[in-house]
Amino acid sequence: MDVNTRVRALEYLIDQKAVPGVVETVPTYRALLVYYDPLIVDYDALCAQLATLAEQATTTAMPPARELELPCCYDGELGPDLEAAAKRLTLSVDELVRLHAGAEYLVYFIGFTPGLPYMTGAPERLTIPRLDTPRVKVPAGSVAIGGIQCCIYSVDSPGGFWLLGRTPVRLYDPSAAEPILLRPGDRVRFRRIERREFDDIAARVAAGDFRPVIR
Amino acid sequence: MIGVVDPGPQTTVQDAGRAGQMRYGIPPSGPVDRASFVLANRLVGNHDGAAALEFTVMGPRLSVEAPCSIAVTGADVPLTVNDAPALAWTTLRLAAGDVVRVGAARAGVRGYVAFAGGIDVPPVLGSRATYLRGRMGGMHGRALARDDRLRLGAAPTPRRRVVPDAARPRWGGDIVLRVVLGPQTDRFTEAGVATFLDSTYEVLPQSDRMGARLNGPRIGHARGHDIISDGIALGAVQVPGDGQPIVLLVDRQSTGGYTKIATVCSFDVARVGQAKPGQRVRFAAVDIASAHRLLRDSNAALASVELQEIAS
Repeated sequence: MDVNTRVRALEYLIDQKAVPGVVETVPTYRALLVYYDPLIVDYDALCAQLATLAEQATTTAMPPARELELPCCYDGELGPDLEAAAKRLTLSVDELVRLHAGAEYLVYFIGFTPGLPYMTGAPERLTIPRLDTPRVKVPAGSVAIGGIQCCIYSVDSPGGFWLLGRTPVRLYDPSAAEPILLRPGDRVRFRRIERREFDDIAARVAAGDFRPVIR
Repeated sequence: MIGVVDPGPQTTVQDAGRAGQMRYGIPPSGPVDRASFVLANRLVGNHDGAAALEFTVMGPRLSVEAPCSIAVTGADVPLTVNDAPALAWTTLRLAAGDVVRVGAARAGVRGYVAFAGGIDVPPVLGSRATYLRGRMGGMHGRALARDDRLRLGAAPTPRRRVVPDAARPRWGGDIVLRVVLGPQTDRFTEAGVATFLDSTYEVLPQSDRMGARLNGPRIGHARGHDIISDGIALGAVQVPGDGQPIVLLVDRQSTGGYTKIATVCSFDVARVGQAKPGQRVRFAAVDIASAHRLLRDSNAALASVELQEIAS
């Protein structure tokens, strides 16, 4: 079992057992941050309990992952690094897009900005160092690769990944009843769309009339 | 209703904070100086976590549209009602037409204005706290603007009381922040850790609700300054490649990839959050057991503050 699966399994166990004193948990690649109230639970006792659960986590079965399909438009305007990334990886743009859109991604964790997924699952052929100079502003919805990871920027923010395309779906919508779309452990596939469909879905998203496919 | 005549540079609605959302990248928000926020609410008869205003450096000017009670705490500010001096750390009864003006902080950076009944904005994910970068909560996810109107919850008129002088925090001067070392102390050289604990740092003006940025002797890393991203606790002292510490506060990013040398104890977080640019900060390491003992003491001290009745 890989370390991130153990992290998420440990979080799941803590949640299931409603461990007293635990206030909140934040999973990342290879760590689980556990916020606790030291006035409710003793530090050493909690550590011992978490160590036991961490062992159990290696064999814990978690509920089945959700599967989401996100439309993504790969073109030079919405994915300004598409050509440069293809060149750097010695691939044609079309091969790059085919490889990226053909993979299934696993959301390791959400972080950096609200709702931003760090995902694994990109073909090894797409491993690429981060940009030398991070962009000051990356538009929300940008689908990007860096290192072995893929991420989707959730709000306009600085960013150091290569921008390959954009999804019209909102990953973070502070006015929605459920502001965050993705959760740790979700499985994500991209459906390649053309610019016309991107604009169409973007208009439906703005009107509150589009929901991505979730299984 | 309360009308906003002048919001001040950054005034937001805050409550006890948004729990359980950091795994989705949403920080807790809430007041930087929890004790002052709680005392403001107690002065107007609210529960400790009722929604109130947090202002920054300069307070707002507010017009009262119906009789209400308010209290101002936190940073040391001049305060007037209809241009006549009024008392901070005290329950104030106001009448329709009154204008309250909260001035510039003489010491401290953040102040609180609580209203009997609390500020009635719609909760988002269980909280009325404003998360500015995420445009979430509070007044439409933003700081107050001129001509905003704040609706208040219904509440009985509270007794008039005052926080005794001895129970009021003192801001300003050199401060010492108690820290627990870790989680990545091993990513610094021994000399780097010694620099951190033995030096004086100055608060930079770029500090905000996300983090207090400090400047001083460079803290040396042992094996680079990047880690595989992990979660960031309240008070975490992040040290990026430039060797300058940043103490992360209530609007912090939920995860990050810079080394964290230590964590400022929660009971000292308000002190760095209230420090003005140029104010000097030192760090003192404590072990976990001492930190928990000090936390108990600090909570007990806040719980035992006895508000004094004022004859009306």
